[in-house]
Amino acid sequence: MTQMTYREAVRAGLREALQSDPRVILMGEDVGRYGGGFACSKGLLEEFGPERVRDTPLSESTFVGAGIGAALGGLRPIVEVMTVNFSLLALDQIVNNAATLRHMSGGQMSVPLVVRMATGAGRRVAAQHSNSFEGWYAHIPGIKVLTPATVRDARFMLAAALREPDPVFVFEHTMLYPVPGEVDEQAGPVDINRAAVRRAGKDVSLITYGGSLCKALQAAERLAADGIEAEVVDLRVLRPLDTSTVLELVARTHRAVVIDEGWRTGSFAAEISARIMEGGFYDLDGPVERVCSAEVPIPYAGHLEDAALPQVETIANTVREMFSHHG
Amino acid sequence: MNSSAVQERQSVERKHALTLLREMIRIRRFEEKCAELYSAGKIQGFLHLYIGEEAVAVGSLQALTPEDALVSTYREHGHALVRGLPAGAVMAEMYGKANGCCRGRGGSMHLFDVSRRFYGGNAIVGGGLPLAVGLALADKLQARPRVTACIFGDGAVAEGEFHESLNLAALWKLPVLFVCENNLYAMGTHLARHQAQTDISRKAAAYGLPGEAVDGMDVLAVEAATRGAVEAVRRGDGPYLLEARTYRFRAHSMYDAELYRSKEEVEHWKERDPITNFVARLRAGGLLSDLDLTEVETVVAAEIADAVAFAESGPWEPVEDLLKDVYTLVT
Repeated sequence: MTQMTYREAVRAGLREALQSDPRVILMGEDVGRYGGGFACSKGLLEEFGPERVRDTPLSESTFVGAGIGAALGGLRPIVEVMTVNFSLLALDQIVNNAATLRHMSGGQMSVPLVVRMATGAGRRVAAQHSNSFEGWYAHIPGIKVLTPATVRDARFMLAAALREPDPVFVFEHTMLYPVPGEVDEQAGPVDINRAAVRRAGKDVSLITYGGSLCKALQAAERLAADGIEAEVVDLRVLRPLDTSTVLELVARTHRAVVIDEGWRTGSFAAEISARIMEGGFYDLDGPVERVCSAEVPIPYAGHLEDAALPQVETIANTVREMFSHHG
Repeated sequence: MNSSAVQERQSVERKHALTLLREMIRIRRFEEKCAELYSAGKIQGFLHLYIGEEAVAVGSLQALTPEDALVSTYREHGHALVRGLPAGAVMAEMYGKANGCCRGRGGSMHLFDVSRRFYGGNAIVGGGLPLAVGLALADKLQARPRVTACIFGDGAVAEGEFHESLNLAALWKLPVLFVCENNLYAMGTHLARHQAQTDISRKAAAYGLPGEAVDGMDVLAVEAATRGAVEAVRRGDGPYLLEARTYRFRAHSMYDAELYRSKEEVEHWKERDPITNFVARLRAGGLLSDLDLTEVETVVAAEIADAVAFAESGPWEPVEDLLKDVYTLVT
């Protein structure tokens, strides 16, 4: 086992991709000389050269669109959009081109493109840099949405994404980059179709993904002290969603809390909740609960930002409430 | 030059001129039929006719080889036909039939034929330019001596992607030929109402690439300018912006009451009709007889009749296949 941070894991994944396939290029804002806005590509320019590690102008729409075109032209581009907030400037290319070209052309082409971006809040950078839009992206047929929440997934999901013939969007939560973990370098690709149980528990399923996974795990520890055994489910893939695993797990625990850093209204948590209602209603001992962000642009001041986001204690309290009302 | 060499050159010129004429007439007649079929309810949704602009597609696409790529707009029937998409496959696509070039998934605005390196049919204004940059990047990195031509309208010049794409293609010295079909109107907004600098070709200078304007109503001028531009691009000089000044004779789409321009203006431009003027020029030069013209019209009429028959007889895509091709089937 090798000890590394999430950031190092992403970098190792990128290096491996560039090493193993000459068609792979990495492009995006400051991925080269700067080493990446989150230092994920540090050293790659020196190792692979400016043809394959390409700094782009701040032209999100065009460099994402160029990634689509390059994929059509036979490359396997990895496009880094520094953060999900800036990806809004590329939404047209993502929604109207990457996601549609295969279907709209009657199946004539595939777009084997991987787009990575940082997502989420918690860094005291206020509303314009703290969005969590992976749930929006999961709304779009034609693309796949991955949310690596562990160091191992950060290390190996990229290889799996690059094997996909269609556009894959990888969302890396900014708070995870410095998080350490253990990786078995020999373990090889991870399954990007299935959700994973990160903690076993018989009383309630805490269903989450990405940056909220560690909070859910901590909440489960606190609940264990109260005698509640919480299972923690990491969705890992938001589209296509592994509904069957979620339903199987909820059928055993009979209770579900969905934790999602998106705003509650129209959130991905709402989708999970609806699917449980549609497919597992009669397995439930009580209503599905949601812990989401408050309906507010994420504020700068630390105490306000903390109050706006799902926190360990709010998750734990939601579960405790559930048991006091329905238990 | 001896007389047989002169004769031979004239014969080649005549043959080429007849090809250009036939291609323009193909587009014109094909679209006249489309308008008719739209009124009959056979073609639905949006239908944007190219009538009046034929010289741009026909002239510019002469300079491309089959290995080159073409990225187009939603007013692309002409580009598709000249690029070699069978008229039947295009017509069937407009019918929404399974024998259409996109199996009825795309329609008039989204014609694709990857085998002919025709990458749409892009109906978001400006959305095709980044794709062209990427296709050219792939060619450059894989050392393929290809050119990607990207056609867009004057409306696209107002989009950020125009500026971003010209900059990026020039910065990375990519083999892209940008062709702006300036028909003076972004839907209903005149160029002078949306651009402070109405000379589009001059915008290239800001991004360090050559820009050139050409009379888009003159097929030979368009062809000559494009050949020059493509030669420079293929040589590795980087991208090139060609602005073809043209005019659309019909409404923007089938829903347009044309409140934004006068009949006089349209009539004035119709005097510069690229087909009638080319016919007159060829006749004056003794390169075209009445018989030639009749023959062209006959051949084109037969092709269009076949295309309509192909579309009429085509099957509908089964509804069971609705979800097909959203993702690539991995076997």
